[in-house]
Amino acid sequence: MNEHVLPIPLQDDDIARLQIGDVVFLNGTIYTGREGLYSSLYDKHWKMPIPLAQMSNVTFHCSPAIREHNGQYDITSVTATASFRFARYIGQFIRDFSVKAVIGKSGMALDIYKKAFVPNGAIYLSTIGYGAGAIYGRSIVRVEDVLWKEELGLAQAVWILQVEKFGPLLVESDARGNSLFGQENARINNQFFSLYDGLAAPILRRLGEETDPREEMV
Amino acid sequence: MISRDLLFSAAYELNVRAATAIPSDVKKTITRMAEKEIQPLPRYVLKNMVDNYEIAEAEKRPMCSDTGLPRYYVKYGNEARNEGGFVALEAALRQAAEKATHDIPLRPNRVHPLTRKDYNNNVGAHAPSVDYSFEPEADWIEITSVHKGGLFGSDYRMLFPADGIGGIKRFYLDVIGEFFRRGMSCQPVTIGIGIGGTKDVCVKLGKEAACLRIVGDRHPDPEIAQLEEELIELGNSSGFGSMGLYGSQSVMDVHIEIAYAHTGGMPVAIHHFCLAQRRSTVRIHSNNSLTYREDPHWFTDYYRRETVE
Ligand code: SF4
Repeated sequence: MNEHVLPIPLQDDDIARLQIGDVVFLNGTIYTGREGLYSSLYDKHWKMPIPLAQMSNVTFHCSPAIREHNGQYDITSVTATASFRFARYIGQFIRDFSVKAVIGKSGMALDIYKKAFVPNGAIYLSTIGYGAGAIYGRSIVRVEDVLWKEELGLAQAVWILQVEKFGPLLVESDARGNSLFGQENARINNQFFSLYDGLAAPILRRLGEETDPREEMV
Repeated sequence: MISRDLLFSAAYELNVRAATAIPSDVKKTITRMAEKEIQPLPRYVLKNMVDNYEIAEAEKRPMCSDTGLPRYYVKYGNEARNEGGFVALEAALRQAAEKATHDIPLRPNRVHPLTRKDYNNNVGAHAPSVDYSFEPEADWIEITSVHKGGLFGSDYRMLFPADGIGGIKRFYLDVIGEFFRRGMSCQPVTIGIGIGGTKDVCVKLGKEAACLRIVGDRHPDPEIAQLEEELIELGNSSGFGSMGLYGSQSVMDVHIEIAYAHTGGMPVAIHHFCLAQRRSTVRIHSNNSLTYREDPHWFTDYYRRETVE
């Protein structure tokens, strides 16, 4: 496993060197975003009041655990949320905000990397373990700002965070659109399907249900 | 008579323990799995999960920022009495959830399902949920708090007697294929399976099996215990490792509970309890003393009884 410590804003030549399965740590500013941000921008057509794209080119699908005292925020723990739910918005968001890296959980469908990520030189970085909130929480050094806290609530607000050695993150999709999960699924599938030998499909099927275990649900 | 104040303070402390202390059975198991995994990537991930537990405990940080949905399981001794009765008990549990959300803090995850209204206290309609069971001759009240996160890893299927054990295995694999991909279940997980009863009963039992039995616990019925062991083996041969990377360590344990079903059917529900297994139990004695412990002991002989009495 190759390890890289990279400054934000991420540079194209740094990104080009990354391969799927590499481990990345980030230094600089990142901002959180999920359905609250995307639907405010693209369904409700709110105007972004701050120059977000100039502040960072790395966004993080998550909502942190936050301690608030006297208007100061302390983020104790942060874990990513599953990114596949944001498929509808992510292409336009990457373009509009010149995003170079999306950090999240579980990655996105392979065709989204080809359509939305690769043309903009963007990569997908996966947090590891998913439940590992304390590791990521401790590398957030400061909350720089928070946007739409009243409107969207603590969990959906956009948190602008200064991070130091934020990681480990696994390169899930590289600049060429290769996918670590795509590669791992291919390795898993043969072994997994062999376990189905001799196990009949259920007697009663359900409308709208996928019955081929080769199909991904995301 | 168990006092109202004590119920509240015990329930509050219970939430603090559930949120911040990692049960030793889970920590030990993940540590062992990290050693057993031979594939480098999922091994690296498992090691980081162990580190994360340690950092969370040492620095008092939530192990996962999704602090889950606080809920309660109450085992009420038949001889126990509490000041104010069940209404006071439920009020104490709701107040404790509110205060714990504010103090620890927990993420205010509970929202109105349609309007998404959030009181920022993890309290609302049917929230926190409280499930009850009873214990003969006991004069204590036991409360278990579980903060289970996760939107993924549970499913239900109406199987029929002719589907047999093979049908259960296939369903078990289907849920693995559905939710271990890309690590959606946040595996390693403990898998709870409710078999039989009616739809609602098997869903409830499966959830309790996942959350209220410790890792390593085997069902007292040898046939069920054997199926549990077969399913652990099956899950860990699926090719899915932690995070959905190719590997062999993703099932910590499988717990099965059964309920007698309609003669024509075999409903089955499966739940994956993620690696953030936040649970804690307290026994409140009739003399108003408290004993905290990790093992909920929810499935007593009485709770599993098949007899008329
Ligand atoms: S499923 Fe568990 S470990 Fe994963 S994000 Fe949710 S609470 Fe955390």
